[in-house]
Amino acid sequence: MTILNAKNLTKTFGKKTALAQIDLDIPRGRIIGLLGPNGSGKSTFIKLATGLLVPTAGEITIDGVAPGVDTKSKTSYLSERTYLNGWMRVNELLAFFEDFYQDFNRIKAENMLKDLNINPNDRLKTMSKGTKEKVQLILVMSRSAELYLLDEPIGGVDPAARDYILNTIITNYKEDASVIISTHLIADIEQILDDIVFISNGEITLTSSVDEIRETHNQSVDGLFREVFKC
Amino acid sequence: MKWYIDSDRPIYKQLVEQIELRIISGFYAPGDKLESVRELAMDAGVNPNTMQKSLAELERMGLVFAQRTSGRFITEDLKVIEEAKKTIAVQEIGAFLEKMKKLGLDKLEILALMEKVAEGENQNDDIKR
Repeated sequence: MTILNAKNLTKTFGKKTALAQIDLDIPRGRIIGLLGPNGSGKSTFIKLATGLLVPTAGEITIDGVAPGVDTKSKTSYLSERTYLNGWMRVNELLAFFEDFYQDFNRIKAENMLKDLNINPNDRLKTMSKGTKEKVQLILVMSRSAELYLLDEPIGGVDPAARDYILNTIITNYKEDASVIISTHLIADIEQILDDIVFISNGEITLTSSVDEIRETHNQSVDGLFREVFKC
Repeated sequence: MKWYIDSDRPIYKQLVEQIELRIISGFYAPGDKLESVRELAMDAGVNPNTMQKSLAELERMGLVFAQRTSGRFITEDLKVIEEAKKTIAVQEIGAFLEKMKKLGLDKLEILALMEKVAEGENQNDDIKR
């Protein structure tokens, strides 16, 4: 059973093609790395999956349904830029999410905040970039979703917190849920990935499991990425 | 015990090797219950499916066995553990000999050197005492 299915998925912005006829099946219970250089179409793909963008041609479905009200209750999305209001306190954000999503687990979120020494009374706008990212990720991972779409989840976070966050990712998804992570910090996350999708100029150039790559190329996904996308 | 994962070899193989070593060295005693897949995956910082695959391989090797409802356990068959130890030792010695050959040493020279080094270690032990 696949959780996400894309057929001939195409998205153009004016004359520019962001995604060109992509076919992709994401099974349940996997962690997938969506990897590609800047401007390759990673965020466009994720935004199509959330319903924030609408395909120019082709289709994308979540659990068999086109993105919409129904799929939003099943997908938990971490956007690359925050949409949360800076004046809100963490406590208020927790209430906000609790109100919005039935599958939000407040206790889980509070525990993670405690682990990362984030004061629930702090306002978002007073926080550093990294702490803001942590708060967002905690909110997103505290939902019990079927599909997590994480767009650059660890970019601004220090390495120690990165380990904690990766651990939250591998311990917090349900067994039949899937996680799609877009990033170019491959070395940091490849240990937690099942599969990778290389995307370049709006096209998928490689899909493989991490261990398959290591087996056949005798190098890490990070190494292969550097080789394939060498400037 | 810490996990070490190199970047250029399949992760599941490295997990198999390291759990195997934990069994051989007695870190896990025969009959011990293993942590759950998720706990082990979190501890090693790896994907749960990869850990699952490694444990399946250890089962196939006979070092670990699964009990349907209560989880996975370390084998109580000491012979299997002894065999695994021997296999690793033979591999390590093979790799060592290969390196010595590259240095241009023949078998007798290697043996003589090894004895000398081992003796040195013994002497150090004596001094410590």
